[in-house]
Amino acid sequence: MKKLSQKELLKLDLIAVRIRKHIIEMLYQAKSGHPGGSLSAVDALVALYFVHMNHNPKKPNDPNRDRFILSKGHAAPALYATLAESGYFNVKELGKLRKINSILQGHPVCTSTPGVEASTGSLGHGLSFSNGVALAGKLDKKDYKVYCMMGDGETEEGQVWEAAAVASHYKLDNITAMIDRNYLQIDGNTEDVLKLESVKERWSSFGWHTIEIEGHNIKKILEALDQADNTKNKPTMIILNTIKGKGVSFMENNVDFHGVPPNQMERNYAMEELTQLEIKLEAQLK
Amino acid sequence: MSSKLMFNPRNAYGEALIELGEKHKNLVVLDADLSKSTKTIMFAKKYPERFFEMGIAEANMISTAAGLASCGKIPFVSTFAVFATGRVYDQIRMDVAYSRANVKIFATHGGISVGEDGASHQMIEDIALMRALPNMTVLAPSDATQTKKIVHLMAENIGPMYARVGRADAPIIYSEKDLEELKIGKGIVVEDGKDITFIATGTMVEPALEAKKILKEQGISARVIDMHTVKPLDEKLVLKCAKETKAIITAEEHSIIGGLGSAVAEILAENNVQTRFLRMGIKDVFCESGSPAELWEKYELNEKHMVKKAQNLLKK
Ligand SMILES: Cc1ncc(C[n+]2csc(CCOP(=O)(O)OP(=O)(O)O)c2C)c(N)n1
Ligand SMILES: [Mg+2]
Repeated sequence: MKKLSQKELLKLDLIAVRIRKHIIEMLYQAKSGHPGGSLSAVDALVALYFVHMNHNPKKPNDPNRDRFILSKGHAAPALYATLAESGYFNVKELGKLRKINSILQGHPVCTSTPGVEASTGSLGHGLSFSNGVALAGKLDKKDYKVYCMMGDGETEEGQVWEAAAVASHYKLDNITAMIDRNYLQIDGNTEDVLKLESVKERWSSFGWHTIEIEGHNIKKILEALDQADNTKNKPTMIILNTIKGKGVSFMENNVDFHGVPPNQMERNYAMEELTQLEIKLEAQLK
Repeated sequence: MSSKLMFNPRNAYGEALIELGEKHKNLVVLDADLSKSTKTIMFAKKYPERFFEMGIAEANMISTAAGLASCGKIPFVSTFAVFATGRVYDQIRMDVAYSRANVKIFATHGGISVGEDGASHQMIEDIALMRALPNMTVLAPSDATQTKKIVHLMAENIGPMYARVGRADAPIIYSEKDLEELKIGKGIVVEDGKDITFIATGTMVEPALEAKKILKEQGISARVIDMHTVKPLDEKLVLKCAKETKAIITAEEHSIIGGLGSAVAEILAENNVQTRFLRMGIKDVFCESGSPAELWEKYELNEKHMVKKAQNLLKK
């Protein structure tokens, strides 16, 4: 990878803050949706869309593009804000999230939104879909890569492990999957709901190359993505240790903000916090 | 609408489970990371040892419930309708329906009034899927009072059963006394009428009652049937309505393919009944995000559209 300067990294952090602001505003306007898992996924999305992936927002159907599949579809606001900031569609569309006649459905739909690769929202499908895309890439001798993000709770689905076996069996080294390891789902902590224990060992034992990193450090995410791309003959799993609700103090590690949008006061408070961070980063960039 | 007493059928389900848990020590409850939404959390708090959190793994949950049932437990299994049927169809087919397991699948968030989550979460094929399964009873209660009663009947009658309610609060239609005689498989004549019959199920009973009022002002007398049991269907009642009124409209928050409308059409056709007939439901499309009221309007499933359709049908 090309070495990013301190300034370039700061710029990425700034983009992440702006995406988090979009998420808060979108969910506030929509009056429904999922803040926690959207906020925890942002930094990986920034690393992928603003540095790592080979993609062109003007050519969303380019057959050679890298693909990103958001298997944890309820984090749609994070994906939509990332796509809009990347230039796939006008940022103004974000205000129509979850409203009638909108291109931004509550959960991603590949037939509605430019840049959305797969229709998700029913958890557990994304990795299987990614395997299909990766197998097609091998058949067609294309060198695009497939990136897939799942929730940690999502990996309780049996289908995820069927997909894990297939990716390993077919040596799909063109797949890099990520788990947003925030330790929370809806009914509580993942270890109380249905313990996942050592996520890393599970994936290793299925034949995956596994990397575990801090999921809000864009530099580390980029390094892990490079390592994944250079791993041959096996798929790679990057376990992103994250904080659900990251960036908004009262949402962080708070299971109550899984699927409840901010009210007006909460939105104002969240925007204030994020704006302070934005100002700080802008000052550092000067 | 605003003056009506509202109550969420999901809460009625939670309350019923608590009552039943006290009465039936072999009643167990399973959920897949949605206990706060399905309200099984109420049972979980009261009877933690008889509640099984299965994680986000619905297929496993259904087969596990069948195993529990094979040992004399009465498992109530809950999640959103979309995950309670489509996602686990083969598990239901083999382990529940084929095996005649005494599993009670109680699904919430059925229909398009799930709203903003979008079509991925709006289950409009569950009644069709469950209805096609031999041995399966299919229920769609219309308000909280009826939900409670039906949950009791599910526990007290043996066999595979599927029930679905919506997400939203719903106006109260019945008192407990109204439903003392309620039986699975017997539709309710909520309002009598002689010109046209609305045969509605679940969330569509209430708008049908509203439509009746509007039609009355126009001199049209509508009968409203609450068909809480889609299978086994109350065929006698359907045929009676076909004979006694001039037209039939079915209404369901479900695809027009395979649900109540199809079931009624099958009965009418096979009995050589000549009547004016219309199915109201989702017309073979996936819907979209939006508020429940907006969606009911756009997809023509509210009292306004019922009135229009009734007028047109009677003109034919
Ligand atoms: C198959 C399926 N079952 C249940 C749900 C309902 N649901 C939506 S989000 C969620 C919890 C997800 O937790 P996790 O994967 O950890 O996501 P995150 O913490 O990143 O939000 C559940 C159960 C669903 N969308 N799909
Ligand atoms: Mg999680």
